[in-house]
Amino acid sequence: MGRDFNMVFAGFGGQGVLFAGKVVVESALFEDRELSWMPSYGPEMRGGTANCSVCISDEPIGSPLVLEPNVLFAMNQPSYDKFIGSVVPGAVVLADSVLCPNVKDVEGVSTFTAPFSQLAEENGLKGLANVVMVGKLWKETHFCEEETLFKAIEACVPPKKAHLLEPNKKALRLGMSL
Amino acid sequence: MASTGKVVFQRPHALTDAQFSYCPGCTHGIINRLVAEALDKLGIEGKTVGVVPVGCSVLAYNFFNCDCVEAAHGRAPAVATAIKRVNPDNVVFAYQGDGDLASIGMAETVHAATRGEKITVIFVNNAIYGMTGGQMAPTSLPNQVTQTSPYGRDVATAGYPVRVCELLRDLDGVAYAERVTVDCPKNVRAAKKAIEKAFTYQIEGVGYSIVEVVSTCPTNWGMSPQNALKWLGENMLPYYPLGVYKDVRAEGFKDIAEAAAARAKDCPIAMQGRD
Amino acid sequence: MAENKKVLMKGNEALAEAAIRSGCRFFFGYPITPQTELAAYMAKRMPKIGGTYLQAESEVAAINMVYGASAAGARAMTSSSSPGISLKSEGVSYIAGADLPAVIINVMRGGPGLGSIQPSQSDYWQATKALGHGDYQMIVYAPSTVQEMADCMYRAFDVADQYRTPVMILADGMLGQMMEPVILPEPKEVKDAADKPWAATGTGLAREHNIVTSLYLDPAELERYNIARYERYEVIKANEQRFEAYQTEDAEIVLVAFGASSRIARSAVMKARAAGIKAGMIRPITLWPFPVDGLRETLKTAKAYLSVEMNMGQMIEDVRLALRDEAPVEFYGRTGGIIPTPVEVFGKIKEMAAALDGATAKEAE
Repeated sequence: MGRDFNMVFAGFGGQGVLFAGKVVVESALFEDRELSWMPSYGPEMRGGTANCSVCISDEPIGSPLVLEPNVLFAMNQPSYDKFIGSVVPGAVVLADSVLCPNVKDVEGVSTFTAPFSQLAEENGLKGLANVVMVGKLWKETHFCEEETLFKAIEACVPPKKAHLLEPNKKALRLGMSL
Repeated sequence: MASTGKVVFQRPHALTDAQFSYCPGCTHGIINRLVAEALDKLGIEGKTVGVVPVGCSVLAYNFFNCDCVEAAHGRAPAVATAIKRVNPDNVVFAYQGDGDLASIGMAETVHAATRGEKITVIFVNNAIYGMTGGQMAPTSLPNQVTQTSPYGRDVATAGYPVRVCELLRDLDGVAYAERVTVDCPKNVRAAKKAIEKAFTYQIEGVGYSIVEVVSTCPTNWGMSPQNALKWLGENMLPYYPLGVYKDVRAEGFKDIAEAAAARAKDCPIAMQGRD
Repeated sequence: MAENKKVLMKGNEALAEAAIRSGCRFFFGYPITPQTELAAYMAKRMPKIGGTYLQAESEVAAINMVYGASAAGARAMTSSSSPGISLKSEGVSYIAGADLPAVIINVMRGGPGLGSIQPSQSDYWQATKALGHGDYQMIVYAPSTVQEMADCMYRAFDVADQYRTPVMILADGMLGQMMEPVILPEPKEVKDAADKPWAATGTGLAREHNIVTSLYLDPAELERYNIARYERYEVIKANEQRFEAYQTEDAEIVLVAFGASSRIARSAVMKARAAGIKAGMIRPITLWPFPVDGLRETLKTAKAYLSVEMNMGQMIEDVRLALRDEAPVEFYGRTGGIIPTPVEVFGKIKEMAAALDGATAKEAE
């Protein structure tokens, strides 16, 4: 992939898709790149689907709303179904095969599926499937340097939840190994 | 003669020498003076900020010698809230009529009261919109004829008058609510005491204080001043009984916080942070 | 303190933090999407720094609290989104009429009525022409990035104090919700009312009483005050026009866009340039005063203009007034909470370029 990313992170509210996007833009911030992060907002946040658009570029970001993603990060079936039609050729698509079982082959698109949520749970990382997927996303796209990614996760885990930092790093490494 | 004369009455310092713009026989003049006398007596004129309303007392900022802010119609409690929050050492009062306080400004009134803002409200209830020429007010009495209730206030369609002190007394933020009138010297003296007490409660941080003054509007009631006072006694006072409606100190509490806690003692979350 | 460090912030939060850093300690608000993060940020921060966050009973009460706090000499502000701003219009008119400084933030959403909660620019007219009754204007900033939101906010109180006028920051749901890197400005000292001799802080029995009012029953007196205010507006027009010119040096098609839509317009200009079309953009940063001089500068090369807005066409009237019909002005907009795409806008530019080429060919015949 090139160095310009237009990503969509989507899933159920509570799965941490906004957080996953935040980790990615945080890493771009460390590398002093242009970036934007834009969440969906409003009633759909309340228990429905949540998504965010992430742009990373060397040029100033125009619209932060990603309509033609070259990365789709789908944590459930409705999200995959909603966005798969808009991905551009050459895109990378990640989907959780447990929560998003119906994944199709799209020509010119690299699709990676794994039971991320199940793997997270089996590894004592319940609730961190989002971060496992970020690890996998990094492996497939190298959106930043490896070292930066770990700096980004440190910046994103709030001090109040410092005990979760190690599990988050473990989740990243797990994703990177898949 | 002058050297042996004793001054028994003079304009309070907190009133300017501007001539009142009120109608002859209107009780606003008395009430303006009582407020000014309270500022004099408590020695607080220099740190007082008055908030004046839209209504007949809209020009009261010309009469009070303290700093004054003119509020939009009904918003005096919101304006007074902010002035007090910015400079808590100021003494802040809102001077409002019935349309201003109990109709368009009811939300601001109720919420300033329930927040327990340390402000004093002087509420002049004369059961009519005076400045605009005598329309029905939220406190106009049943069957009272006004320009907009020409056949008398029909409660079946226009609803019932609002009794403000009764409405506010249940709010935990209210430290002191008293209804007074100024229809005779005795009641004027009682009103003066109530206004002083309301300011004192503010100064001592007890909570929100309001004094409702049952008043007349000879011009729009279409009566002589004497007959208006008579009508007040016969009709207003039975509907709006005088008296103290809330006084947390008299109930044995230091302030609204203590009184509110006693009332909420069985509610664990409300008692958090208290013994 | 590494103050010059870039941090990631939502636009709403950057506005709040920049307001605090510009010395604001009084915030009066009421919840509404999509500006709520701003109020939430204030609720969290103000108590920690000796400031006041007060959740008012309504937007009407909130703006009147701003009026009161400003009358008492404080730097006070409120924020809301479109329907809530309509409710605030009463207080803004009184603030203007009493010559008080204040800052009002509108994080716009689609309208009219309850409309939608998605980003929109359909309050342009309301902000620049008619937020409240009477003869007055207010300075309106239209930032287009999170950084610029912080910068405009940081400047807003200084300008409000200098001219004794309300200042509005007109953002929208996109800018309010999105995160971008921002370098936060240095905290300013919190000023007391000492340099506001008109403020109602108590006479201390040492001066004449101050009266803060917008009421002048004598028409001649009111006219004098209004004329004096409009004289001040002339100074504002001369000193406070702000805009960005992007690739306008040789531009034949000049886009005019502000805030969120200017981001899309910029991308469209890039596409146009890549396709060999001489396009550029004027981006008003102040909507009032409108950057008339900066826009007219482009008449040297421009053959046509395109106003790009997230509404049914509002700013275009100011564009036409500024250009005085010396060049044609077209419009491209989406409304209802829809953000136009660069592709759509580029399509319109291509259409205009083709028409211009056609006209040139005809002239040559």
